[in-house]
Amino acid sequence: MILSNLNSLIWYLPELTLLLTSIAVLIFDLFGRLRPYNAYLPYVGLIRSGIFLFIMGPSYEILFEGMIVNDSFSYFFKCIFLVSAFMIILLSSNTEKIKNVNNSEYNMMLIIITIGLFLMCSANNLVIVYIGVELVSLPSYILSGILKNDEKSNEASLKYVIFGSFASGLMLFGISWLYGLAGSTDFSIIHRELLVNSNPMMIYLTILLIMAGFGYKISMAPFHYWTPDVYEGSPTPVTAFFSVAPKAAGIALILRFIYSIFTVKGSFGNTEFIQSISWPQIMAIISAVTMTMGNLLAIQQSNVKRMLAYSSIAHVGYMLMAFTVLSSDAILAVLLYVFIYFFMNLAAFFFIVDVSNNTGTSKLSDYKGYASIAPISSAFMVITLVSLAGLPPMSGFIGKFYLFSVLFRESSFYWLAVIGILNSVVSLYYYFLIVKNMYLEKPSEKLKPLKPNKAILYSLIIFSSQNLLFYLYWTPLVEYFKRIVS
Amino acid sequence: MHSTILTLLIFIPVMGAVSIVAARSFRAKDSSHADSRLIALITTGVQLILSLWLYMSFDPTVSISESPFTVQVPWISSFNIEYFVGVDGLSMPMVLLTALLSFLCILCSWNINKQPMGYFSLFLLLDAGMMGVFLSLDFFLFYIFWEVMLLPMYFLIGIWGGPLRIYAAIKFFLYTLFGSVFMLLAMIALYFYSEPNTFNLITLIQTASSIDAVVWGFNVKYLIWIGLFIGFAIKVPVFPFHTWLPLAHVEAPTAISVILAGVLLKMGTYGLLRISYPLLPGEVASFAMILAILGVINILWGAVNAIAQIDMKKMIAYSSVSHMGYVLLGMASVVSTSTSGAQAGLNGAVMQMFNHGTITAMLFMLVGVLYDQAHHRWIMYPDDYKDKDLAGKPGFGGIGTKMPVFTAFVAFAFFAGLGLPALSGFISEAMCFIGGFSAFRTITVIGTLGILLNAVYFLRAYARVFLGPFNEKYSSLVDINFREVGMILPLAIITLVLGVYPKPLISMISTSVNGIIDIIQKVL
Repeated sequence: MILSNLNSLIWYLPELTLLLTSIAVLIFDLFGRLRPYNAYLPYVGLIRSGIFLFIMGPSYEILFEGMIVNDSFSYFFKCIFLVSAFMIILLSSNTEKIKNVNNSEYNMMLIIITIGLFLMCSANNLVIVYIGVELVSLPSYILSGILKNDEKSNEASLKYVIFGSFASGLMLFGISWLYGLAGSTDFSIIHRELLVNSNPMMIYLTILLIMAGFGYKISMAPFHYWTPDVYEGSPTPVTAFFSVAPKAAGIALILRFIYSIFTVKGSFGNTEFIQSISWPQIMAIISAVTMTMGNLLAIQQSNVKRMLAYSSIAHVGYMLMAFTVLSSDAILAVLLYVFIYFFMNLAAFFFIVDVSNNTGTSKLSDYKGYASIAPISSAFMVITLVSLAGLPPMSGFIGKFYLFSVLFRESSFYWLAVIGILNSVVSLYYYFLIVKNMYLEKPSEKLKPLKPNKAILYSLIIFSSQNLLFYLYWTPLVEYFKRIVS
Repeated sequence: MHSTILTLLIFIPVMGAVSIVAARSFRAKDSSHADSRLIALITTGVQLILSLWLYMSFDPTVSISESPFTVQVPWISSFNIEYFVGVDGLSMPMVLLTALLSFLCILCSWNINKQPMGYFSLFLLLDAGMMGVFLSLDFFLFYIFWEVMLLPMYFLIGIWGGPLRIYAAIKFFLYTLFGSVFMLLAMIALYFYSEPNTFNLITLIQTASSIDAVVWGFNVKYLIWIGLFIGFAIKVPVFPFHTWLPLAHVEAPTAISVILAGVLLKMGTYGLLRISYPLLPGEVASFAMILAILGVINILWGAVNAIAQIDMKKMIAYSSVSHMGYVLLGMASVVSTSTSGAQAGLNGAVMQMFNHGTITAMLFMLVGVLYDQAHHRWIMYPDDYKDKDLAGKPGFGGIGTKMPVFTAFVAFAFFAGLGLPALSGFISEAMCFIGGFSAFRTITVIGTLGILLNAVYFLRAYARVFLGPFNEKYSSLVDINFREVGMILPLAIITLVLGVYPKPLISMISTSVNGIIDIIQKVL
């Protein structure tokens, strides 16, 4: 059902709430008496938005005359964004390094990014796609440079701006081509026009240009060069946020974009590409390159944040494996992996913040003997790392198992499966460099007795214990994703 | 009741591990470490009793598909994954071996002082993983237990091991993982190519042989066999993949070396017999020759390397490589044209798995006893030893006069290791050779050289360490104590009894083993 602008507003309440929150955060900052409440305001806004989202449920509505789609697919991603924004704000308030930065500015940026992410996962129009991507990108540039006196942070911000604007320029160019081909920016109209268009070369070029923009958001090779520097320079909570939420949004956007424009039926669960474009081959090569590059470069890193940056590139490579197949099973596998990745990556970053609160850095050598002063959080970090490496009995294995079984069930990309599986052996090596330093090395003299931080510890425990819980019985999870996909 | 035992066998160690951690956190920090090892001892003791109980009520003549000794519960319905465990004649000896060695290893590591809570809880998790591998009849479950063992093993070698422990731990981890990921691909391929899609290893025996598809110009079954073989061969370890083994065995603490050599190596051959053999009989037939050649290379290569070693533990590690070669040779002889030859070979292989488990455990424990007192285990000091006065000199000498009981045990274990008649190793090795001879005459004849080479290194090491003039440096050594006798004596008794009267073992395994032979002989 396509709703008119006015009727749409009621279904747009989660986003509107976030918008109001971001404005309120700024206003509260102006008045000294209200300023103390500013620490809690973002939580209230996010929870309120979550309540609206929950009440509305995963219904199917097309808002604003076809600009935005509310469906169970976007519902799932919105939930992930809200939870991660919530956790990041919680994490930030417990991070020593960014205690001095202007809180309201920081929180407002995060909330605006969240709105952008909402738009990205529910866009049904190229204009909304562009607005969503930019709404995420611009505050991201500021956030990565928010440590104003830190050289690395400044460098990160600058690199991000340059790469980001270049990529979004390419994307805009691709969008304009698509508009030229179809005469409209609406997904369904473009899809209809492309079905009768007989110029596959143009479609190839368009896809490539637009994928440059999306690929930079999810740090897909060869658009991943910004990732390590930005991840290293940004404050750790911001890095945690970048490694999860915009990636998930980018994946959501690619899924929706590809399935609703470039497949024959124009919906999820379709298995045929229009104009017999060999999309699978392109994706298979990109996927193999992305994960191999991510994993091989991660081995040499001596900074854990940088290492996890490369590891996040590798994980995107794993997810892209399923993009070689056009089917509902493939989407299911990707959603499952996004969900599990969201938990395990956030858990890993909680631990990094915990370490850098105590040692001041996130160098690998400063992890030496960390397990002796923080046995509980270290044990849960091991669970998380094993899960990231994709070993049973952790949920990361389930995610990979589904991705690989998609390859076996529907396609002939067995070589991709072999590359993927060898990559997970490589990844184990560097994840266990962290474990090795934590457990097997002697503690360095610098290591002081721990200042325990309850908030981080409990979030770490909750987020990493999912690795075992989902593993033990993941049927309900898969059933839920099946319903989303259908 | 029997089915409950199966589940308990796997999960009692897990409960033990949890209660060790719980007991530690509820007790005051300065309380003694005794409760960890006590809980571990009780847990493995209960497990041993349960496995003996299972053995008493076990009827070896019933085939697994009709066996009452199974539990089958659906787990993940969308992939037809089941919690499907059971015992047959193939897994029964392995279950007994695992339970026995786990119990004895807890005794063996009684004096661990470094973080005992971590040590014993990880050990119990390892125990659960091993038990799970031998009991699983669902491939997915099998794979999970297979991988579950890696993590505890990494920490057990990496934290409690010798000087090169960190390198040894990650090398072990990466080698095994490298193999098992190929196994994972083979597993997924088996699932999707079989009709109906299933991980159930019993159903797959019927359905897997009808797989017919071509990938990269090869038959899929062929590729599946290779994937599985890489996974299992690294664990055995088969010749080119064996380099992780000496390092891991030498660096690991004594109890973990025992587990590595006694149980983990058997998983490779067990996996081949449980999965590759019945599921892909046609490929077994075409690969048997290669398997036999690899087996003989293992026998000779392991033995020659063992001769060159001056570290007792490393020598025993290489002797394990050699002894696993016998298993491979026996397994390869399944394609023999004479059924009795095939039966001798495969039964011998399974017996050798059990016997080598007990004998090598004994050897490692004895070296551990000596190491605990002397703090080194050099037969000869290396030429570049850091203490210039000792370099190139014999490490021990004439220990027999100081530790007579210990020396007697060592003599027994060494003779068992070199395959002296009337001890269990002789029977299984002879059966492997009989089988091998009926199938691959020339190769087996070359392989018999291994018997001679085995004798060389065991006897030479014995002479250098325990005979000859007494080295006065070791006058403070005391003889083996009660606990140490307690952990070696059961193994010695088993070795002796099975050497004189192997019938209990043969009758336990023969029905299942002959079932596998039937499957393979049919496709020849």
